[in-house]
Amino acid sequence: MADTVIYAMYDDDEVLKAGAKKLVANGVKVTDVFSPFPIHGLDPIIGVKETRLGIMAFLYGLTGLMLATIGMNYFMVQDWPMNIGGKPSFSYLENFLAFVPISFEFTVLCAAHGMAITYLLRNKTIPGMPAENPDPRTTDDKFVMELRLSENGNFKATDLESMLKETGIVELDQKEIK
Amino acid sequence: MHKEAAIREPLILGHKTYHEITEDVCKPIEDKAPRTWYILFAIAAIIGLYGVGCILYLLGTGIGTWGLNKTVGWAWDITNFVWWVGIGHAGTLISAVLLLFRQKWRMAINRSAEAMTIFAVFMAGLFPLIHMGRIWVAYWVLPLPNQFGSLWPNFNSPLLWDVFAISTYLSVSLVFWYIGLLPDFATIRDRVKKPIPKRMYSLLSFGWTGRAKHWNRFELVSLVLAGLATPLVFSVHSIVSFDFATSVIPGWHTTIFPPYFVAGAVFSGFAMVQTLLLVMRKAMKLEAYIHTKHVEYMNIVIMVTGSIVGVAYLTELFVSWYSGVEYEAYAFINRATGPYWWAYWSMMTCNVVSPQLMWFRKLRRSLLFTFIISIVVNIGMWFERFVIIVTSVHRDYLPSSWSMFYPTHIDIGVFVGTIGLFFVFFLLFARFFPVLALNEIKSILRSSGESFKDDKAHSPAYSLEEQHLAVTAGGNAHAEPKVSKEETKQETKTEAVETPTSENLEAKTKLLEAIGEASADEKDDLKKINGLGPVMETKLNEIGVFTYAQLAKMTTAEYALLDELTGTMPGRAEKDDWAGQAKELMNNNDNN
Repeated sequence: MADTVIYAMYDDDEVLKAGAKKLVANGVKVTDVFSPFPIHGLDPIIGVKETRLGIMAFLYGLTGLMLATIGMNYFMVQDWPMNIGGKPSFSYLENFLAFVPISFEFTVLCAAHGMAITYLLRNKTIPGMPAENPDPRTTDDKFVMELRLSENGNFKATDLESMLKETGIVELDQKEIK
Repeated sequence: MHKEAAIREPLILGHKTYHEITEDVCKPIEDKAPRTWYILFAIAAIIGLYGVGCILYLLGTGIGTWGLNKTVGWAWDITNFVWWVGIGHAGTLISAVLLLFRQKWRMAINRSAEAMTIFAVFMAGLFPLIHMGRIWVAYWVLPLPNQFGSLWPNFNSPLLWDVFAISTYLSVSLVFWYIGLLPDFATIRDRVKKPIPKRMYSLLSFGWTGRAKHWNRFELVSLVLAGLATPLVFSVHSIVSFDFATSVIPGWHTTIFPPYFVAGAVFSGFAMVQTLLLVMRKAMKLEAYIHTKHVEYMNIVIMVTGSIVGVAYLTELFVSWYSGVEYEAYAFINRATGPYWWAYWSMMTCNVVSPQLMWFRKLRRSLLFTFIISIVVNIGMWFERFVIIVTSVHRDYLPSSWSMFYPTHIDIGVFVGTIGLFFVFFLLFARFFPVLALNEIKSILRSSGESFKDDKAHSPAYSLEEQHLAVTAGGNAHAEPKVSKEETKQETKTEAVETPTSENLEAKTKLLEAIGEASADEKDDLKKINGLGPVMETKLNEIGVFTYAQLAKMTTAEYALLDELTGTMPGRAEKDDWAGQAKELMNNNDNN
């Protein structure tokens, strides 16, 4: 899909934030921002929704807890009720306290790893992926705002550029993608 | 933006910019390693290799090569295991617990502390593995279907809990650490020129790009991982202490063990962090990021946890008497006055007395003193585990079987070898990894950097207009936005942003009409206004603005005129509310 992408570079996160606020107020859609560190308070301005990874972590944790319970019930109560000090494991509930530590550890294990893997997959940050930041300096001290013409049907490229220039940018770049 | 009280000591010294932070952290990685690094690495590697040799000999010959006997069945192996696990508690505590408490000083130390944690837990995990004797069947600790009549490991046993706790702790810490490393690897990837390092770092950085959405997820993942890791830290050492506390050996059978072990772990972990960081900050010239204040904070943690450990020792003593159980009482009398009295009293001195010296501000801010104490504490914590393990078992219920423990050279070799291996890992980390959490440090520069605190910043991170003006005054074309175009089908005009001139007479007269004229004699110190630097002041003076009274009269229209005249950072004056600030300064002057 052919599209024109405008990259506006800032050298200060607060200036970028003020600029984004202004642009959005004028009805411009900011596609993305590339920054060397998280800019607090930017997400609501450019309309980045709160991530749902936290919910996923909870679900993974719940899965871990269930697996641990099912597993230990099978190993220790159903399949081979071990007789420890004359006290055989006949009931999961009565022996529950002994199973708490591993239930907890396994819950944390599943929640943390499940969330981390989901995070990497959703970000598409996997070993061997090429970097897509428009300028290598965005991982150092520069902040780049990305606007797409296709998402800003009401504006011409020149309009967008002149609006950007009023927001304290240091560099401007335009790119055609096919 | 969160503003921090100005009286708090800045966390980042010197007037750093974002770029300087990157430089400071990446330089040691990109430059050639200094000779000292090679020397240290060689020493660590030789010691580590000796340790590996001892372990191989042990595996080939058997546990009999250790000095264990039928009375003392657990000695240095478990002592070292608990010691290393304890050391491995500081990293996650710093990055997880301090993250939940929003302690910004953690950011300078969390990366290396976590690395230390991971390497320490590697070393810890080694000991139970080799203690199994037949390490090749180590997988039997996992509940795998098998041919022995489906025999499962005992899920009621704290030793199995340990397997799950340590492996969860190790892998979760590793993930937490690596997720934080991704953006910093990306920074290095985008800087290095040589092809092979570039490939390596692009592989390590997983193609991180720093999109807003990615950062959004990054922050949440860090928070949730911290939330998960915090109870994990406490659970791990509690479970390690269950190895002892659930047994019926006098001296081990105490309910105070879990909290006391956790406090001890944090205590020794912070001591190890101090030992490593005090050297690292010097060697890698990171004094601006890890400075006396950080050391002081860590010393306070050492003092508090050391005091908790001290109280636990005394409680144990009291309870052994109060319980009325003679075996219990004897275990403690034997510790203090028996053949291992020297171990007990060195533990007491190192762990109870030495951290109390941190009450003196002078001492806890002294780097040399801290370094010495950190080593003393680590020695003391090793003795603590030794005392708990060996002195509790060497005199059991049957006096005829009483004995002593004498380490063999394999015992010593394995222990010293793990220290060598630990340093091999840590030196490699310091050489190839970003030792400070770059992205986190940059995010606190505004709130906790020295620039912010004393308003003397000359950096784009702080006052853009000054930099901009300085360059414009020098007639440098770079001050204008560089407009570049890739080859495009559609013709777009390349134009430079109009450079505003101060000769804009019309606007000037209009502005002065609105805010009133003043002469240079009545000049106020305009620099006192937040966001207004010396360059801007000169510029304002040129226009004819000299006093607070003038600035105080400014409204939106005048701000617009001013922006037109100075041509820098539109909206800055309005955003910082110069008029409001000027009014306040005027009031202050009147009151004086």
